[in-house]
Amino acid sequence: MPEIMLDVRDLNAWYGESHILHGVNFNVREGEVVTLLGRNGAGKTTTMKSIMGLVGKRTGSVKYKGAETVDMRSDRIAKAGIALCPEERGIFASLNVTENLMLPPITAPGGLSVTEIHELFPNLKERAGSPGTKLSGGEQQMLAIGRILRTGAKLLLLDEPTEGLAPVIVQQIGRTIREIKQRGFTVLLVEQNFRFAATVADRHYVMDHGVVIDEIDNHELDANMDKLHDYLGV
Amino acid sequence: MLMVLGYNIGPLLAQGMLGLINGAFYALLSLGLAVIFGLLNIINFAHGALFMLGAVVSWMLLNWIGIGYWPSLIIAPLIVGAFGVLLEKVFISKLYKLDHLYGLLLTFGVALIVEGLARNQFGSSGMAYAVPDSLRGATKLGFMIMPTYRAWVVVASFVVCISTWLILEKTPIGATLRAATENAALVQSFGVNVPRLVTLTYGAGVALAAFAGVMAAPVYSVNPNMGSNVIIVVFAVVVIGGMGSILGSILTGFGLGLLEGFTKYIYPEGSGVVVFVLMIIVLLLRPAGLFGKVS
Repeated sequence: MPEIMLDVRDLNAWYGESHILHGVNFNVREGEVVTLLGRNGAGKTTTMKSIMGLVGKRTGSVKYKGAETVDMRSDRIAKAGIALCPEERGIFASLNVTENLMLPPITAPGGLSVTEIHELFPNLKERAGSPGTKLSGGEQQMLAIGRILRTGAKLLLLDEPTEGLAPVIVQQIGRTIREIKQRGFTVLLVEQNFRFAATVADRHYVMDHGVVIDEIDNHELDANMDKLHDYLGV
Repeated sequence: MLMVLGYNIGPLLAQGMLGLINGAFYALLSLGLAVIFGLLNIINFAHGALFMLGAVVSWMLLNWIGIGYWPSLIIAPLIVGAFGVLLEKVFISKLYKLDHLYGLLLTFGVALIVEGLARNQFGSSGMAYAVPDSLRGATKLGFMIMPTYRAWVVVASFVVCISTWLILEKTPIGATLRAATENAALVQSFGVNVPRLVTLTYGAGVALAAFAGVMAAPVYSVNPNMGSNVIIVVFAVVVIGGMGSILGSILTGFGLGLLEGFTKYIYPEGSGVVVFVLMIIVLLLRPAGLFGKVS
């Protein structure tokens, strides 16, 4: 079995006064694609932001390759090798597509070259000079994923990359996730759409009310369908 | 003499040229303010005092250790910029989590202290700073006699303003700065040391003010109040141009200098207030400023 790359233990997080995560436990092994499933407000995005150091106060333990990161500043966590593609995509309006793509500094070797990113997402090449936010939603999502593939980060946190996108774009993003998994990247994925998650993931964690309440292996998904419907309220 | 709308064109142009020199200082100062406001979200009330400090430092370099104008043009902004870096690290950086008002009050306090210390050391009568030999003399332009130094001020500040704009718009470091202005937390999560970027940006904005101060030393006399005299107009320039717009602050700076100059000829009594009248009109019709983005 591959080694544990990300080990989250008893993670608590707060936004100001409100206590959002109440002791989250899970892990991600090297080369895996793992999803966090759960309803709106279950704490999935907060978990991602906490791993990346973007939440005001957090306690517990987040170990990346054995090193504790829970007290680190977000730029140090990025340099350690973790990168986030945020839910709101975070494309910069005052930067064109190429500037957006080149913005994150390279922190380690092993990232994709710009040519390789353009092969994955040809639209980004065609629209290189356009302001970032003039792209369609799908293209912005490609840009948001593409720019963290360049940096050499080995653990990618993708927060709802398929949200609000047309089926054909969702398929393209699915292909991309399988492709980057083959290249040896590790992915932690937040998803509302577990049918999509099932096409890319190895394991799933289910979150509710700021804790992980269940773990389901991808090939056991069918057997657990009733339980999952219950968890997700679909 | 050529007449336009009943005015002599010669004196009108001459006043316009003089106005353009003031405009050059407005542009340099409002540019620094715009860059600082964009990234730090504080209104740097110390800007005028740091402009004055640039002039005072260049005076001290000349009279105390014999360093002349040209080296001063680089050294004084570096010294004052370093002071800005210290100011940001020790004080301003503690305030980002609080309301903007605290940054404004702090920098206002810094301005009072810096000006007070300068007044204590040098008095308030002003000290002369000679025009460097290489920029003495004047050129006849037909409608006026243009002192070489003043032409240099307009050209040099124009070049510095445009270079700053090019750095911000066309280089990777400029792209990082623009991105951090939009969403600093996300840029930091990509591995950029944003706190250091913020410190250096404040230092650079302050250095621009000091550069303007060095250039102003031979034009106005070096005195502790020179900053507070100019900064009120500069704030009006920033409001008219639109907070945070880089190109807007440059164009508005030069434009308003010109407007003041023309007014001085057409209706001299109005030249002191024309900028503020325009500010009121702009605030009423376009509160985000001429070049500001309406959000």
